[in-house]
Amino acid sequence: MSPRGRLLLFLPSAAALLFLLIDGLHQLPGFGHYPGPYGYVLNGVGVSQRHATNLVTAVNFDYRAFDTLGEEFILFTATTAVVLILRHMRGEREQPGAADTRRENASEALRGLALAFVAALIVLGGYVVVHGALTPGGGFQGGVVLAAGAFVVFLAGEVVAMKRVAPEKLLELGDAAGAAGFVLIGIGGLIFADVFLQNFLDLGKPGSLNSGGTIVLVSIAIGIEVAGAFLLVWTEFLDQAVLVRSGGDEGE
Amino acid sequence: MNDVFQAIAMVSMGIVGTAVVLARDPLRQVLILGVYGMTMIITFFALQAPDVALSAIVITTAGLPPMVLLALRKLREYRKEHDQ
Repeated sequence: MSPRGRLLLFLPSAAALLFLLIDGLHQLPGFGHYPGPYGYVLNGVGVSQRHATNLVTAVNFDYRAFDTLGEEFILFTATTAVVLILRHMRGEREQPGAADTRRENASEALRGLALAFVAALIVLGGYVVVHGALTPGGGFQGGVVLAAGAFVVFLAGEVVAMKRVAPEKLLELGDAAGAAGFVLIGIGGLIFADVFLQNFLDLGKPGSLNSGGTIVLVSIAIGIEVAGAFLLVWTEFLDQAVLVRSGGDEGE
Repeated sequence: MNDVFQAIAMVSMGIVGTAVVLARDPLRQVLILGVYGMTMIITFFALQAPDVALSAIVITTAGLPPMVLLALRKLREYRKEHDQ
């Protein structure tokens, strides 16, 4: 297609798109004005129905847990795909000695700072996961923070140490067990309350750590899965970039 | 006061986001992407979503840039091997 023809095609469609966009933006509710009743209804009944003070988590892990189950399996599938694509191919080999090298430019100060961060991040991650039903946070957020706890070891220049802290087998297990745990809790709802993912546990006292019934369990399952999935993806990238060389020069 | 904070956060997000697109060198782009993540986190914070901000801190400043950097490193090695 000639540049002129392309322009002729582009201009009318861009004008039409602009018109639709401006028209659509005019019909949006004002900034900060929430139009629907759903959120107000949940704010009214959420605490008394589920004994969870963080209603965002109550919606994600209980009222609309089925949607979250789908999201969780998107992450699981994406992680599996990364692991599959970045596996060691025929003709690739680990660079001899690469696993023993330490980044020369990692200063003592950087390593000390990372060391201080590791424990703090893991404690914070665990806190965010188990307090999902009470305060802002939950399994996804806490799981990512937990993963960062191990990843900081790599940022300090210690590739091998990170693999020792978080070996690939353990990450795969966490990824799979977390995803399966969520489904099993759902099946528990099917057995004990006749509905898939129905909250079937004692709801406890609102505001206490073990309130919300299955919400806490779902949060922990997702936390384990997310932490495992993120670290697994990072480990695969790391393996490819630092340890593996393509074998095209084997004849040397 | 809160309105001003939100407006500043969103405008800076727009400016840095444009800068990410305008930087053509992938290496520079990754670094500006980290800054963009920071403005995004401030916006989440201004909009009273601390939990989203928390996970965005990890993903946009510690998670995504190393992934892109590792991919760039791998690409550079690949090119070096195939140019010889």
